Amino acid sequence: MNLLDYLLAHPREVLTLTLEHIWLAGISVGIAILVGLPLGVAIARRPALSRAVLGVVNSVHVVPSLALFGFLFAVPWIGERAPRMAILALSLYALLPILRNVCAGILGVDHAVVDAGRGLGLTDGQLLRRVELPLALGVIVAGIRVAVVLAIGIATIAAAIGAGGLGELIFRGLAMVNNSLIFAGALPAALLALVVDLSLGWMEGHLRERV
Amino acid sequence: MASPETKDPAIALRSTSYWLPGGTVLVDSLSLEIPAGVTLVLLGRSGSGKTTTLKLMNRLLEPTSGDLFIEGKPVRAWDPIRLRRRMGYAIQDVGLFPHYTVERNIGLLPAVERWPAARIRERVRELLALVGLDASLAGRFPRELSGGQRQRVGVARALALDPPVLLMDEPFGALDPLTRAELQGEFARLQKRLGKTVVLVTHDLREAMLLGSQIALLEAGHLAGLYLPDDFQRTRDPLALAYRQAFSAPEGGPSQPQPRGLGDSA
Repeated sequence: MNLLDYLLAHPREVLTLTLEHIWLAGISVGIAILVGLPLGVAIARRPALSRAVLGVVNSVHVVPSLALFGFLFAVPWIGERAPRMAILALSLYALLPILRNVCAGILGVDHAVVDAGRGLGLTDGQLLRRVELPLALGVIVAGIRVAVVLAIGIATIAAAIGAGGLGELIFRGLAMVNNSLIFAGALPAALLALVVDLSLGWMEGHLRERV
Repeated sequence: MASPETKDPAIALRSTSYWLPGGTVLVDSLSLEIPAGVTLVLLGRSGSGKTTTLKLMNRLLEPTSGDLFIEGKPVRAWDPIRLRRRMGYAIQDVGLFPHYTVERNIGLLPAVERWPAARIRERVRELLALVGLDASLAGRFPRELSGGQRQRVGVARALALDPPVLLMDEPFGALDPLTRAELQGEFARLQKRLGKTVVLVTHDLREAMLLGSQIALLEAGHLAGLYLPDDFQRTRDPLALAYRQAFSAPEGGPSQPQPRGLGDSA
């Protein structure tokens, strides 16, 4: 049978699930950036704290994603709705690459440049906004890129708890032993990851070139 | 004590010490007075505490014991940001902001001080001319400049707010000998014109003789001697003698390529 059968027969459903998928991954990475950026800046200045925080965030990755989705059923407000659980779990996964790269990016800025800026009389905030963050941006975008690809991949599993997304087609296809259904979910998810990865990679290249 | 004109020295160190948490002493009970308008050279080998002493002056480091006075006011009483903007800072690696053009590098502090844009532009032109750079370089990025040009931009940036004091940490250290001699000569003339108080760190005796109105010889964190340049040439102090020998030896020799130990061998 033709692998694209389902895709062509049900374009609306595939499109809806793709948008759902983008929404799940997008919101999650957005939350991870909102938390990871300030936290990464904070731990870049405190090496002791950085080890502890990265250790805790890293430990999330030890938990298999399916199990993590399962655990979240027990969490009060979160466990009531599947998308809430999915978004929290995906945010936790996406946090590590962002946090690590914000921290590494800031610590990687040439010491002579930071020294000069501080010695000339820039405040910590001015140094961060005008020097450290702009120069770390390429590395930070690289972290966001990893986070997005990770989130798009793991979001397929969110369908197992009923959070929607392209994983629904995959799980349905697995249950019905229907390959074209599996591909109808897997193909758009893979394309999505590829497109986002390439465009963020292009952006990262431009940002690094300036430095 | 109270001199007839009660003008405080620009910078005064009183038994200033700095040591690391582990106990390693970097600056050992240093006492020095730097009158306004003087160029004081801190001369010493790597690890003698020159750079640390400089960083104590603009509060990049805080003295562990003793005290340090800027214009008669204890350094701890100064707001560090205010203090640093009154002291231009130029370092060997220059540390130009790689993502800013020459113009924005030089104009950063005026911009942070909220000068109007037109005044900043004018100031940048003025400073470029002052350090001998063509105005056409204003739009270039640091990576598009030669080493000598970068150093000039570094000095221009340090002078942006017209600070009364200039702190320089081996500002010409990373240059080839020819460019270095050129810049040293120009800086000597510039200094005569501007009359700033300059504290210059170097391990290059020739630079110290050319630019310094006083030479403070540092060794292992303490002051080994304070000289006028002419006195330095005459003193029998063994350390000063060793310096003179180290710098005079290659001069008379045949024109062989000489190993350059004067660069940055931190």
